[in-house]
Amino acid sequence: MKEVIKVIAKALVDQPDEVLVAQSSTERTVHLQLTVAPGDMGKVIGKHGKIANAMRTIVKAAAVKDGRRVIVDIDQ
Amino acid sequence: MKVVEKSARTIEEAIEACLVELGIKKDQAIIEIVEEPGKKVLGLFGNRLAKVRVSYEDDPGIIACKFLENLTSAMSVKADFDIEKNEGHVVVNITGTDLGILIGRRGDTLEALQFLTNLAVAKKLADRSRIVIDVEGYRKRREETLISLAKRLADRVKKSGNRVVLEPMSPQERRIIHTALQNEWNVSTFSEGEEPNRRVVISLKRSNNVS
Repeated sequence: MKEVIKVIAKALVDQPDEVLVAQSSTERTVHLQLTVAPGDMGKVIGKHGKIANAMRTIVKAAAVKDGRRVIVDIDQ
Repeated sequence: MKVVEKSARTIEEAIEACLVELGIKKDQAIIEIVEEPGKKVLGLFGNRLAKVRVSYEDDPGIIACKFLENLTSAMSVKADFDIEKNEGHVVVNITGTDLGILIGRRGDTLEALQFLTNLAVAKKLADRSRIVIDVEGYRKRREETLISLAKRLADRVKKSGNRVVLEPMSPQERRIIHTALQNEWNVSTFSEGEEPNRRVVISLKRSNNVS
């Protein structure tokens, strides 16, 4: 799950080395915390959160197999 | 793929020279160090120069495939990719077994995948190239379904005279419906509502437009 967000974020930002994803999970939900360089926030959120939502759609698809909910938060 | 090799006193200078020649930024390049700069050999031959090879992938199809390969393997999905170059856009066909997860409900996941791939490619390339992603011929099948749905609903509108409102669709899907019905002489189509809930409406053409 973590890798999915990482692959996407690294491909979109100017500073891929600053991309960090922390994962914490309970039995029902997976919580992913994406951290990027301050200047790259816009690159992973997009207009009206379009990019962030597209990333969420993809991780949700990846999580269907385990049947868990995924929450993606973005931080700088 | 474009490749340039340069020598200079330091690795940084050699890289810089390559980047200038290719006209790209460092994060778009794949950099290999061919030779480290050396110390003087017996004080005779002067410094050995640093030599680097910088390559730059300039094919949108290959960039898209690399991104999708990384992404699908992170999702533990096994898939094959096949690039098809058309005028103005590149189609990447993804094939494999059990790829429903890449399509999602009403193609939501596929749309997200295509959107992100286009961004990832635009990041690496200066000139914009449009990437269309298809999974197991989904788009083609969906197009056929939408066209036959449009024709069926148009007939119903003609018979009943009542307008029909379709379910929310993406701009591309709405376009398919509009195009399918543009030559129907007594029905007209238009869209109403706001994204992402914009829907196509099929209605009878007003009588004064019908001769």
